[in-house]
Amino acid sequence: MEDCLAKKMEITVSEAEKRTGRNAMNIQETYTAYLIETRAVESQSEGQCAPVESLWRRYSEFELLRNYLLVTYPHIVVPPLPEKRADFVWHKLSADNMDPDFVERRRIGLENFLLRVASHPVLCQDKIFYAFLTQESGWKEMVNETGFQLKADSRLKALNATFRVKNPDKRFTELKHYSDELQSVISHLLRVRARVADRLYGVYKVHGNYGRVFSEWSAIEKEMGDGLQSAGHHMDVYAASIDDILEEEEHYADQLKEYLFYAEALRAVCRKHELMQYDLETAAQDLTSKKQQCEELATGTVRTFSLKGMTSKLFGQETPEQREAKIKVLEEQIQEGEEQLKSKNLEGRDFVKSAWADIERFKEQKNHDLKEALISYAVMQISMCKKGIQVWTNAKECFSKM
Amino acid sequence: QDLSLPNGTPVDTSSPASSSSLLNRLQLDDDLDVETRDLFVTVDDPKKHVCTMETYITYRVTTKTTRAEFDLPEYSVRRRYQDFDWLRNKLEESQPTHLIPPLPEKFVVKGVVDRFSEEFVETRRKALDKFLKRITDHPVLSFNEHFNVFLTAKDLNAYKKQGMALLSKMGESVKYVTGGYKLRSRPLEFAAIGDYLDTFSLKLGTIDRIAQRIIKEQLEYLVELREYGPIYSTWGGLEVELSEPLEGVSACIGNCCTALEELSEDMTEDFLPVLREYILYAESMKNVLKKRDQVQAEYEAKLEAVALKREDRPKVPTDVEKCQDRVECFNADLKADMERWQNNKRQDFRQLLMGMADKNIQYYEKVCVT
Repeated sequence: MEDCLAKKMEITVSEAEKRTGRNAMNIQETYTAYLIETRAVESQSEGQCAPVESLWRRYSEFELLRNYLLVTYPHIVVPPLPEKRADFVWHKLSADNMDPDFVERRRIGLENFLLRVASHPVLCQDKIFYAFLTQESGWKEMVNETGFQLKADSRLKALNATFRVKNPDKRFTELKHYSDELQSVISHLLRVRARVADRLYGVYKVHGNYGRVFSEWSAIEKEMGDGLQSAGHHMDVYAASIDDILEEEEHYADQLKEYLFYAEALRAVCRKHELMQYDLETAAQDLTSKKQQCEELATGTVRTFSLKGMTSKLFGQETPEQREAKIKVLEEQIQEGEEQLKSKNLEGRDFVKSAWADIERFKEQKNHDLKEALISYAVMQISMCKKGIQVWTNAKECFSKM
Repeated sequence: QDLSLPNGTPVDTSSPASSSSLLNRLQLDDDLDVETRDLFVTVDDPKKHVCTMETYITYRVTTKTTRAEFDLPEYSVRRRYQDFDWLRNKLEESQPTHLIPPLPEKFVVKGVVDRFSEEFVETRRKALDKFLKRITDHPVLSFNEHFNVFLTAKDLNAYKKQGMALLSKMGESVKYVTGGYKLRSRPLEFAAIGDYLDTFSLKLGTIDRIAQRIIKEQLEYLVELREYGPIYSTWGGLEVELSEPLEGVSACIGNCCTALEELSEDMTEDFLPVLREYILYAESMKNVLKKRDQVQAEYEAKLEAVALKREDRPKVPTDVEKCQDRVECFNADLKADMERWQNNKRQDFRQLLMGMADKNIQYYEKVCVT
C-alpha cells in the first residue's frame, strides 16, 4: 500500500459541466463533463505546492477505463462506477440524468472510483490508468491499441454462458453464492428504503398544514393567538426539515449502491475462475481422449465404442501408412496438449492465488466500509430525532404560553 | 317614538346595557377555585352488562360534596350512556339560556367501531367524566335539580318516568314558543360570537382532518418500516463480521415501529376525541345563540305591538317587561358562559396541544434511545 498511487498523488473530481457536442453518429447531444484534478504530493516541508494538473472526462470514458481494467485484471475485484441511470428513486428524487443533484452525487461517485483504483496495490500501477488521469488527448487511442476490446467481447459472452464444472472449487462456489445473495439483499433494501423515504416525506409535509391552520385560527383568538401563531411557525420548520434529512440519507444509499455493484464485480471474478476451471477440465478431457485414441490405433484394440471403429469395421481397415500418419498427428497434438495443460494448470493456480489475495483485501475493505456506513446512518437517525425533539419542545413552549 | 315602561325605565331595543349589572352579580359566583369547591364528581369503572334484550356498558358515578342540597356527603351510582343523554336533554330544557357541555357522539356505526372495545369504552368514559365535571364547575348548572337526582338516585328510571309531573322548585322552566318571530338584526357582540364560532368550528374541522391524515401517513410509513427492518436481519445472516451491527440495525428499526405505533394510538385516543368534542360544543352553542335570537325577536315584536296600540298600555307592559327580563337574563348568562367557556377552552387546548407535543417528544426520545 505504500507504493500505491493514492499516496503519491492527490486526485479529485472537482467540477461538472454541461456540454453539447456531436457524437459518433454526428448527432447533436448534451452530456456532462467532469474535471479531474491531480497534484503530486510533495514530502518537502518547504511549503512549495506542486502545480495542479487538470483535464476533462465524460462518463463514457470512465466506462471505457473500467472495461479495460476488467479485461486486463480478471482476478481483481474492480471497483464499480456510480450508476449510469438514477435507480431506486423515491418520488421526490429526480430520475433525470441532467438533474443537478444527480450530477453532484455522480461527481462524488466518480471521485470515489478513482480513489479506489488509485489505492489498489495492483491497479494503481497500470499505465492506462495513469494516462487517464494525466493525458487528455490520445488516451482513447492508447486504450484501443491494447486490443482489449476483443477480449472484452469474449469475456461478456463467457460471463453469460452456461456450463457445468465437474470439480468446482468450493471456496469460489460459496463466494459466488454469497455475491448473488448480497446483490439480492441490497437491492431489496434499497427498494424498500426508497419507499420508506417517500412515506416519511409525506408525514413531515402534512405537518406543514398545521402551520397554515394555526395561523388562521390565531387570527380569531385573543389570548391564544400568539401561542398558536408561533407554534404554527415551528410546524412549518418541521415540515421543511425533511428535505435536508433525506438528502443526507441519499449519501447512505449511495454507499450501499457501491457495494451492490461491487458484488457484481466479485461475481465476475468467481465466474472467471469457473471459466478457467472448465477450460482446464475440457483440455484435460480432450487430452485423455486423444491419448486413448492413440493407444487404440497403436494396439489395434477398440476399447470404447466409436463411430470410426464401426465404419472401419464395416468398410475395411486402413492401411498401416495411414495409421502411422494418424498416430504421428495425434502424438504431436498430445504433446501440445500436455504443454497447454501444464501452462493452464499454472495459470489456474496463479489465478487462484492472486484472486484469493484480492478477495481477502476486498472482504476487509467491505467490512470496514459498511460498518462505517451503518454507524453514520445511525448517527443520521439520531440527529433527525434530536431535531424532532427540538421542534416539538419549541412548539410545546408556545402552547404553554397560550 | 320614545317608549318607557310603567316603572319609568326607558326601553332599549338594542342590546341591553343593563346586562352588565347582571354580569357583575354573576361574577361573584365565578370564583370557583379549587379550595372553595364543594362538589366533586368522577366517572370510572366501566362494566359490561349482558341481558336478554341487549348488552350495554354502565359507568360508576361517584360524588363527594358538602353542599346542603345533598342529603349525604358521598354517593356512588351506576349510569349508562342513555342516562347521561337524558340528563343533558333535561338541562337543555330547564336551563335554555345556558351553554350545556356536549356529550360524546351517541351513535356509532356498528361493524366499523367496536362498541365494547377497551379503547372505545375508555375514550367514552373520559368524555363522560369531562361532561359531568364541566357541569360541576358551572355556578348555575351544578345546582340543577335533575343533576342532583342524576348523581344521587338509586333508581333513575323511576324518576325519569315522573319527569313531566315534577316542577322544579328553583325557578319556572321557561318554555320557548318558536312563534315564528324573526329577528331583524343580531346585536353586534352576539353576531361576533356567532362569527367566531363559525370560524372556530371550521378551523377545528380542518385540524381534525390534518391530524387524521398524519395518522394515516404514519401508518403507511409504519408498514414500509416493518418490511425494512427484517431485511437487515437477512443481510446479517449472510455476513460474518457485519452480522452483529446489521442485527442491531434491524432491532432498532423494530423499536422505532413500536414507538410510532404508540404515537398514532395516543393521537387517535386522546387528541382527536377532544377536537370533536369542541366542534360539538360549538354546534350546541350556536343553537343557544339562535334561541337567544328568538327570545329577542319575540320581545321586539311585542314591543312594537305595544308601540302601535297606545290604549292597551297598562296590560301589555308586564308581558313586555317579562320579555325584556328574559332577554336580559339570556344575554347575561350567555356572556358569562362564553367567558368561562373561553377560559376553559384555552386551558383545554393548551393541555391538548402540549400533550400532542409531548407525545411526539416522547416518540423521538424513544427512537433516540434505541
